Amino acid sequence: MSVVAQPDFARLAVGDTVVERAFQFSRDTLVRYAGASGDFNPIHYRDDVAQTVGLPGVLAHGMLTMGVAASPVSEWIGAAGHVLDYQVRFTRPVPVDPATGAKVTVTATIGALDAELRTARIDLKVLFGGQTVLGKSQLVVAFA
Amino acid sequence: MREFARAVLSSAPLHHDPEAARSAGYADVVAPPTFPIVVQDFTLQQLLADEDAAVDFSRVVHGDQRFSYSRPIVAGDELTGTMTVTSVKQLGGNSMVTSSTEIVDTQGAHVVTAISTLVVRAEETA
Repeated sequence: MSVVAQPDFARLAVGDTVVERAFQFSRDTLVRYAGASGDFNPIHYRDDVAQTVGLPGVLAHGMLTMGVAASPVSEWIGAAGHVLDYQVRFTRPVPVDPATGAKVTVTATIGALDAELRTARIDLKVLFGGQTVLGKSQLVVAFA
Repeated sequence: MREFARAVLSSAPLHHDPEAARSAGYADVVAPPTFPIVVQDFTLQQLLADEDAAVDFSRVVHGDQRFSYSRPIVAGDELTGTMTVTSVKQLGGNSMVTSSTEIVDTQGAHVVTAISTLVVRAEETA
């Protein structure tokens, strides 16, 4: 059984980058998210429907991007703590090409620490095509 | 919850492995942080189905989303969501509707509040 190193609250510092990960979204990713979440809005799987409502093509669910952005932070925290708060503003869509998909990168940094409460604010930067797709996006994590 | 974790590309053991979750002090696997969207959406569907709401779903864009937790959701939890529309604003022809869904367990204890702003885009004029 492998032991996964867990972050030690005492060793965290504001400004630390705790996660830097690239994710490849394919149309398959969107299909699986639709199934798991129950969001069957056709703009997430039908190019013709997306275009009819004025969009460039099929877009990733905003909630898929929000979910994926938190995933490496959850993996990093492991059993050392849990999420108290998570908020994002959706600023740009993520169009997902049927053949080439979409590459989304997530960078998570420590924005603030509260030594008394043993909480950390984690600020997220989520990029697609060199632009941010989320505005203010942050988690607050409580350490055990 | 496992399918949701897979769908958001998370391999964190706490979302998949009951033994790992129990070692961390939970009764069973823990839901990923955005999982409450599923509960919020059940209540949102009720709101959108209300003809008085008169919302054209094809013009709805998700503006922002927040989850504020008292404790993580754990497999086995039985949850009830109550959605309240907390604000409706007009901004440049678009409507911004903010809702707050309070999610409690069978004891009535607060688990998580999901707060969402939807932007209903204005009709295009010729």
